[in-house]
Order: sequence, then C-alpha cells, then structure tokens
Amino acid sequence: MTLDVLYFAWLRERVGVPRERIDTDAATVRDLAADLAGRDDWHAAALSDLTAVRVAIDQQLADLDAPLTGAREVAFFPPMTGG
Amino acid sequence: MRVLVQPQPFDPATLLDGFGSGAGAVVTFTGLVRGDGGIVALDIEHYPGMTERALQAHATAAMQRFGLTDVLVVHRHGRIAVGEAIMMVATAAPHRRGAFEAADFLMDWLKSRAPFWKRDIGPEGPRDWVAATDADEAALSRWDDPPG
Repeated sequence: MTLDVLYFAWLRERVGVPRERIDTDAATVRDLAADLAGRDDWHAAALSDLTAVRVAIDQQLADLDAPLTGAREVAFFPPMTGG
Repeated sequence: MRVLVQPQPFDPATLLDGFGSGAGAVVTFTGLVRGDGGIVALDIEHYPGMTERALQAHATAAMQRFGLTDVLVVHRHGRIAVGEAIMMVATAAPHRRGAFEAADFLMDWLKSRAPFWKRDIGPEGPRDWVAATDADEAALSRWDDPPG
C-alpha cells in the first residue's frame, strides 16, 4: 500500500522532511511507526517512542491501533498546543 | 458560522461587526501572546486541510450542543509577536449561559485537539516547542459527560 506520511513540529524536525510517500505492508498505525522507525536513524529518533505521539488518518484523529485499511494519508505529531 | 485559519493579523472589531444580530447574548474571547520567559514571539505550525475541517466540525458541534445562533472561530499560524492576538472565538445565543459555555467549550477543545503546535521564539531565535499541559487535558475532559 502507498501512503503519504506527514510529520509536524519536533517529529518533522527529527525525520527531516515534512512529508513523504512510502510503501508499506503495515496493518495499523503502530505497525507503520515500527516500519518507519526501522528504516533509518532519523525516523527512529522520531518514532521509536510513541508515548508523546498523536496520529491522524486521512485528517481525522485516530488511535495508534487503528487499522490503515483504505487510508491515503497518515500524520504523526506531538500533543496539540493551540489556543 | 465562520471559521478562519490565517497567518495575517485580524481586527476583532471588524470581524464582530454585525455578528450575532438578533441574538440575546454574544460572548467573545481573544487569546494574546504572553511575553513569559523573555520570549518575543510564537511560531505556530498547523496541519493545512485538517485544521480547517476540524475547526468547522467542532464549531458545528458547539452550535448544536449549546443552541447557538452563530459562531466565529479565528486562529492564526506562523510568527505572532508578543501582545498580538493568536485567536478569537465568538458565540451568539438566545441567553448568556449558552454563549459563555460554548465559548469555554470551544477554547478547551482548541487548546488540546485542534492541530496547532506552538514554539517559543526568544531574541536569540527559536527555542523549544511548547509542551502540552495536563491542565489543558483535564479542562477538555470536563465536557465528556453527555449534555443534560
């Protein structure tokens, strides 16, 4: 499956790019994070520890264990600090 | 209903001209950049596309939950100097309680669930990303109980 993966704030800085198109067999967001973290040190620095990481699938907030079935865009980011 | 996500400064008076016409109560809240820790500005990153959709969805939810007659949400992104307005919500309702509660509800949600990320900017340049607080998370959980 081909996915657009987006990163924001310190995750973007650690990965080094704001977005990338990747191929993956991951079934869930958590699987995708593990797949990406295994690709290089930059992804590992961003995605090895998911305790302070939030995710969205196709621009909707989602759980780490949410399935990626039919997904086109997955975003990883820290807890939001708006307002 | 009006939702604006923009880098430019905004003028509350202009945006509020005619807002809530016919309502019994209008509440507005404007958030400003504080100069805590000697910062000179904030940089605010957001998720283009998701931000607008999420704000629209939540403004619609507030309209229904609190019986609003109108709602306005403005949130800036990019660099915002100390003293400038970051965001504003305005709510219009038949009576004051709905307008106050809806503004509070929208603010608690914007703090913790709208896809914005703040970074402090000092005179020397960018500092750390602002951390989310437990207090903001707790504030949001106040609204979990079903209405009524």
